[in-house]
Amino acid sequence: MKKFIITVVGHDTVGIIAKVCTYLAGIEVNILDISQTIVDGYFNMMMIVDAGKVEDMTRMSRELEELGEKIGVIIRCQHEDIFNMMHRV
Amino acid sequence: MINIHEVLETNKMIDQENLDVRTITLGISLLDCIDSDLEILKKNIYEKITSKANDLVATGQEIEAQFGIPIVNKRISVTPVALVGSAACRTSGDYVELAKVLDRAAQAVGVNFLGGFSALVSKGMTKSDELLMHAIPEALAKTERVCSSVNLGSTRTGIDMDAVKLMGEIIKETAELTKEQDSLGCAKLVVFCNAPDDNPFMAGAFHGVTEGDAVINVGVSGPGVVKTALSQVRGENFEVLCETIKKTAFKVTRVGQLVAQEASARMGIPFGIIDLSLAPTPAVGDSVAEILEEIGLEYAGAPGTTAALALLNDQVKKGGVMASSYVGGLSGAFIPVSEDQGMIDAVQAGALSLEKLEAMTCVCSVGLDMIAVPGDTSASTISGIIADEMAIGMVNQKTTAVRLIPVIGKKVGDMVEFGGLLGYAPVMPVNPYSCEAFISRGGRIPAPIHSFKN
Repeated sequence: MKKFIITVVGHDTVGIIAKVCTYLAGIEVNILDISQTIVDGYFNMMMIVDAGKVEDMTRMSRELEELGEKIGVIIRCQHEDIFNMMHRV
Repeated sequence: MINIHEVLETNKMIDQENLDVRTITLGISLLDCIDSDLEILKKNIYEKITSKANDLVATGQEIEAQFGIPIVNKRISVTPVALVGSAACRTSGDYVELAKVLDRAAQAVGVNFLGGFSALVSKGMTKSDELLMHAIPEALAKTERVCSSVNLGSTRTGIDMDAVKLMGEIIKETAELTKEQDSLGCAKLVVFCNAPDDNPFMAGAFHGVTEGDAVINVGVSGPGVVKTALSQVRGENFEVLCETIKKTAFKVTRVGQLVAQEASARMGIPFGIIDLSLAPTPAVGDSVAEILEEIGLEYAGAPGTTAALALLNDQVKKGGVMASSYVGGLSGAFIPVSEDQGMIDAVQAGALSLEKLEAMTCVCSVGLDMIAVPGDTSASTISGIIADEMAIGMVNQKTTAVRLIPVIGKKVGDMVEFGGLLGYAPVMPVNPYSCEAFISRGGRIPAPIHSFKN
């Protein structure tokens, strides 16, 4: 399993999650967990995904970024280890 | 499982508080390049560097993309060139040729700085050490990416005062040869006492002779993260203050450890150390001086600054040591003037003097760093300032360094622009009284009594 964390930050609009999920389904990425919250008036969403079937992670990151630009939010995809290292001993 | 608040905290550090990995530095031994024929030596050096470091920049970029963490610099350090060139170089001009080869190799692999145009002369200078030191001004003037350093003393050997005297002259000459660019050459030249073999930070990085064939060292940063964390505990006591710095330093260092492990695995080169340094940049919010202000000082340099810096430095180490399996290099808070907006502001407000900076170097890494002084400062005065700093390092068994820039044609109060990460600086006043007779004595200062530990 290759776990990545996808975060979406921006103004809340209709269909953000749908669009991200559609993209992920298209490249066979499985969503393990979704949570969201509002911070300082901004919509914040986090997905934990298994990208075990994705070979080119750099491309996936770039395409998610481009998708974010299209729908007016910031989408970022990071390997889970940066969070595990920082927040778990 | 990781929760959303932890994820948001990490990304806020990266997006708003300038959290980054300051440098991945690939140390490369050039000892196996040595040849008595200069042309063969040049070819060997170029080939070794370009083959070992071929993937460095691409690997750094891949890691940035994978973890979403900026890696600001990818750099190279090499074996002190005075050792590598000793069999082939007959003149200083030969060493300048080697500097040009290093510059070309750095350019070919896409790194912005390469350190190691260096000599280790803490007890005495060989002929080749002297040739290299005399080559420094021209080497720095004729290359873009090469950085130079000279180790002038250590706790075990004392201070080589002949070399201290010579380096005062070399710094002046370097300033003169690069005067069209505000004496920029001096920003790429640092002198040390107790220089570490595994420092990843420029301009003082070199690949020590105690190291293996190649090694990856990583320098972390994060003054902005510490400052933001401290802004949440204003008015709390020292225990809370220290705990906050320690926890933040832990988090910052863990990111460095992750990047180091990943770079090491991808390049098949052993991981050396993490350098736990708070390294500022001229960007607003990326300043060590602003941390000192957040601790409770109106400006860096106010009474209490040395104590605040000592506390900061110690807590960064305590948090960082827990986060990494190997810690080394300089490891401490950096206090360069030109590279830190808060320091520049403090100097301009009249709060921070050269003498206070010297006191601050007793309790942090590294030393008098990126300080612009008037261009007419004499070589012997520069040597005197160096000798003072070397003595602090020697007696306190710590690394100290001097990177002064006597800016030709500029006087106290003028501004100097170095550009990029090197920043800009106001020219600071220097004590006008002479130390000429002291510097001219010749010989060396013996090792201090507490160095005899056997």
